[in-house]
Amino acid sequence: MSTQPMTPTAPPRRRSGNDGASARRRGHRSAAEARAGLLLSLPFVLLFGVFIAWPVVQSMFMSFTDMRISDIRTPFAVDFVGVDNYVTAFQDPVFRRAAANTGVFVLGGVPLTIIAGLAAAVALDRGVSRLRSVFRIGFYTPVITSIVAVAVVWRFLLQPDNGLVNTVLGWVGIDGPNWLGDERTALLSLIVMAVWRNFGTSMVIFLAGLQAVDRGLHEAAALDGANAWQRFRNITVPSIRPTLLFVLVTTSIGYLQFFEEPFVMTGGGPLNSTISASMYTYNQFGFGNYGVAGAMAYLTFIVIGIVTLVQFRLMREK
Amino acid sequence: MIERRSPVLTYIVLTVFLLLVITPFVWMILGSVKTQGELLRVPPTWIPEEPTWDNFRRLFDRPFAQYFRNSAVVAIAVTLGNLFFSSMFGYALAHLQFPFKRALFILVLLCLMIPGLVTFIPQYVLVVNLGLANTIPALILPFLVQPFSVFLMRQFFLGLPRELLEAGRIDGVGEVAIFFRIYLPLAGPAFATLGILTFLGSWNNFLWPLVVSSDESTYTLPVALALISTGQNQTDYGLLLAGATLIVLPILIVFLFFQRHFIQGIATTGIK
Repeated sequence: MSTQPMTPTAPPRRRSGNDGASARRRGHRSAAEARAGLLLSLPFVLLFGVFIAWPVVQSMFMSFTDMRISDIRTPFAVDFVGVDNYVTAFQDPVFRRAAANTGVFVLGGVPLTIIAGLAAAVALDRGVSRLRSVFRIGFYTPVITSIVAVAVVWRFLLQPDNGLVNTVLGWVGIDGPNWLGDERTALLSLIVMAVWRNFGTSMVIFLAGLQAVDRGLHEAAALDGANAWQRFRNITVPSIRPTLLFVLVTTSIGYLQFFEEPFVMTGGGPLNSTISASMYTYNQFGFGNYGVAGAMAYLTFIVIGIVTLVQFRLMREK
Repeated sequence: MIERRSPVLTYIVLTVFLLLVITPFVWMILGSVKTQGELLRVPPTWIPEEPTWDNFRRLFDRPFAQYFRNSAVVAIAVTLGNLFFSSMFGYALAHLQFPFKRALFILVLLCLMIPGLVTFIPQYVLVVNLGLANTIPALILPFLVQPFSVFLMRQFFLGLPRELLEAGRIDGVGEVAIFFRIYLPLAGPAFATLGILTFLGSWNNFLWPLVVSSDESTYTLPVALALISTGQNQTDYGLLLAGATLIVLPILIVFLFFQRHFIQGIATTGIK
């Protein structure tokens, strides 16, 4: 990270004699500009330092100590334990299970969210002219709703006996499972719910990205006999590559921190089949194991960093 | 466009999809005015047979008016704080030269990627040591400054012409006054977008208030609903659906009014 300060005063340029006065004025002005810049930044930077930047550093520190809830009043009077907390995390079978669940959630949820968002955006951009904003608002509504409210409603809809989902399945002769209570379907249910809750965001971003697609090119290709899928594949997708990368990266970052869905819907069960890395980290915090929780949080951070980097590499090269 | 294969088909597919997406909301709102007996019926009913306000009445027999107020106070304070602090810093980053500018901007950007749980425990330790546990300020302070807000405001001010700044200087307006008197009045669109996004984030915020609030007097709506939905009322579906409606409906109304700002804001921050 560059810590080189910007030069506060522009070097005076002396080309002719009467430039001196204006150079001095410029010097004054740059000093005033620097003062104003610092003054306007100060409130944000102070709060940011106290409530975000410092906690990030402290969290790192904490992950190498044996800090527990009993040390909360004296967070610095703790012993260093090296990488013990990280070793503990890797050796914990529940954490490994949680990491695997998170992987399944990301690998299943991210593509589905992107496909649903892109499909909705393309349909709204090309397929329909009337009612466009009605569809857009409807598809975006799940994004703006509280996860707690969503959980209440979805748990009700997914009930095994008189839930709406199984009732509808019953009409076509399918005996629906106990969605959230069965190890085999619980994580799947949460993935579907997450896609429902998040595809609206990617749809909106894709809609903006699709403005960059050249319609003339589409028409020319159609005249040459390219079908809709070929045109989508060879014209639309390359044109929205930056948008695709952005959606891929932000969705992945969000899903790697998968937390609220299992927390409010299943509590991580049944039999740890839906517990996520973030949720287990939070549980460790709840148990008072601050050092271990800090290490787990940093592990998630490292994975996010790596995944982001890899995605940038892959998408840029093509 | 040419060679459009039946738009009717697109409309049908989109409509079915739309119905699937909004079913949970329709179900929630209709359910909130049903009796418990009707909610437990097999098969479930759609239209309430005897609509009743009873669920909402029972909700407000509890201190839900207080929770609603807490949620609103916290969301408004967080929103105003973000608008104020981020617009000042965002403007400075966009148009002024000052020491450590680059380093500060990079620092803020790095924090965009950091998962919430990394800062969570130290923030909790900090709040406890400041004696703020279980207070309303504890729900506000950590959210007053958010990296995303600065990013958005900086992008916005970069889009405003620098000539305004030069003109202000020629007219002898002070450097700080240039921001408050010339640039700030133009920030309306960015304020609308950022304001709605931060209000929404705060209104729906769940984990932090759940951990920091242990007393009814500081509960926000999501915390209160989560606690009754896992406690002894967890099968009182009418009460729970009424609570869910109370959280969702105000946001839904705000959203319908300002949806253009919402969607444009997300689109532009996503693209730039």
